[in-house]
Amino acid sequence: MSLWEYANPVRFIRLTDRVLPALSGAAVLCLVVGLVWGFFFTPDDYRQGSTVKIIYLHVPAALMAINAWLMMLVASLIWIVRRHHVSALAARAAAPVGATMTVIALATGAIWGQPMWGTWWAWDPRLTSFLILFLFYLGYMALWEAIENDDAAADLTSILCLVGSVFALLSRYAVNFWNQGLHQGASLSLDAEENVADVFWLPLLVCIAGFVLLFVALVFLRTQTEIRARRMRAILARERMA
Amino acid sequence: MMLELRDVSVARGGVPVLDGVGLVLGPGEAMVLRGPNGSGKTTLLRAVSGLQPVLAGEVSGAERVAYSGHADGLKANLSVAENLAFWAAAFGTRGIEAAMEAYALAPLSDRWAGNLSAGQKRRLGLARMLVTGRPVWVLDEPTVSLDAASVALFAAAVRGHLGAGGAALIATHIDLGLSEARVLDVAAHRAMAPLPGSDEAFL
Amino acid sequence: MRALLWRDLRLAVRAGGGFGLGLAFFLIVTVLVPFAVGPQTGRLASIAPGILWLGALLACLLSLDRIFALDFEDGSLDLLATAPLPLEGVVAVKALAHWFTTGLPLVAAAPALGVLLSLPGPGFFWLFLSLLIGTPALSVIGAFGAALTVGLKRGGLLMSLLVLPLYVPTLIFGAEAARRGAEGLAVETPLMLLGGISAGALALLPFASAAVLRVSLR
Repeated sequence: MSLWEYANPVRFIRLTDRVLPALSGAAVLCLVVGLVWGFFFTPDDYRQGSTVKIIYLHVPAALMAINAWLMMLVASLIWIVRRHHVSALAARAAAPVGATMTVIALATGAIWGQPMWGTWWAWDPRLTSFLILFLFYLGYMALWEAIENDDAAADLTSILCLVGSVFALLSRYAVNFWNQGLHQGASLSLDAEENVADVFWLPLLVCIAGFVLLFVALVFLRTQTEIRARRMRAILARERMA
Repeated sequence: MMLELRDVSVARGGVPVLDGVGLVLGPGEAMVLRGPNGSGKTTLLRAVSGLQPVLAGEVSGAERVAYSGHADGLKANLSVAENLAFWAAAFGTRGIEAAMEAYALAPLSDRWAGNLSAGQKRRLGLARMLVTGRPVWVLDEPTVSLDAASVALFAAAVRGHLGAGGAALIATHIDLGLSEARVLDVAAHRAMAPLPGSDEAFL
Repeated sequence: MRALLWRDLRLAVRAGGGFGLGLAFFLIVTVLVPFAVGPQTGRLASIAPGILWLGALLACLLSLDRIFALDFEDGSLDLLATAPLPLEGVVAVKALAHWFTTGLPLVAAAPALGVLLSLPGPGFFWLFLSLLIGTPALSVIGAFGAALTVGLKRGGLLMSLLVLPLYVPTLIFGAEAARRGAEGLAVETPLMLLGGISAGALALLPFASAAVLRVSLR
């Protein structure tokens, strides 16, 4: 049994219908546990006070904003190489979710930045990169909406996703070059030295797991919707022919 | 054999329109495509020219095709001679005089294409086929806005092309007086069932 | 190929080709800037490199949709796709023609407009050089955006939305090189990076644009 069998729309819907309730439940559970734990049962940071607690929304959202684009990139590549419709539709389904994550990351960052840096917004490389990422999401979604033929839209948006990824990466380095920032270093890294302290680390992991599950559940659900809409159009077209 | 279609199916906007079209054109042969509006003649001709993929089947000889669609591909701000010379250069051929002569364009040579009448533009668009040097002409409604005299010029040009060993596939509603041309009615090939096309996976 | 380049250049120069519109737009933007930010020489001088780069970029954007839209409408693009020219080459040549008719005049005009914005003396050469290196990338990236939106009604606005984020790295390195030049700092690094982007875009993007055009034509 190969993974590619799930590229069949009908089989994809059947499988995701089975896992979606469990997936959504797990997402809600992780988010509730992680956020309650993080907000009410962790100490205040000795420098940042209780403002640090927004980290439980900010970091997972930022991670998912980037991962959603990576997922779209992989799905676009699969569409270009193997032309599985589910893959193209999954990329389309992930874009608004990723864009929302980007907005959450930017908004929570602004709310965090106000007391910490004394400003809602600074043209810091990380902030700027996220803003540019958001623009890429907007363009990608707008292109999907603008093209009537489904297959042509899938082709063009996949190529845009590929080219956009290269330019997003270039922009990241360009922005770094352009301005050294205020933003602290990575909150999470394998290099333990600069990691956040353990008391924050565990609830944060739970929140990240919650965001990942939420993302997967939303993408499954939205892909189902896209598949059904597409199926409806195909049936209507067939009826017109008959 | 100049052009061969084997069991070709084509779709427009994801909906299959023609199914199981087969034809063979040898040197000196012409075929006229007939069928009501919207029956898929244009879609088929674009697929034959390699401009759009076929749903199923095979087209061989697409690289020998010179295509002429509804639009003539003329630039309003170039003169008649410049337009032709550009297409000759793009197809790697030389000499536009014969083409100008065949469609009685020589007196218009220095006029801008934008100032021509619709029929004159069409003649210029058809003259373009002569400078491509390609052996298979694929023409979509070539006689639109041509008067009787110009239709005769066109028929003569096609006959000359066939005489020189070329082939032509023409979608048209009017009688060109090409008695030697075979006729293919695409209505007989109308796609009835959903084909293994792009939307099939969703049904 | 050469015939295509000649044809596009000739069309751009003849009436109705829109040649010079980008240049006029660039001039007007530059003239409007002091009205918006005030006439103080010091302030103008400090923002001049960035404003001139931004103005050139927008002027370039303005004429992008002409690269393919006109050929698409009159059927030339179909015919070019069936001609024995590789579509990648067609895209590259058309982007080159766009650069000759839009980018190059902007590069030439930028130093003159620098005078209006009190660009500091050493800045003129570096502004000119950074635009000369950077504008080809703007044309090639723009051709990609134009190819994406060629078959669409009201594609112009969408094209801006698609192209402007792609312009970010070029703008950053280009304007940075011009700014450093104007302030007498070392400009080698941003200029090299800008050249890298131009070279990379020139080498790779025509393939993406041609793939996109093939989809749009079918």
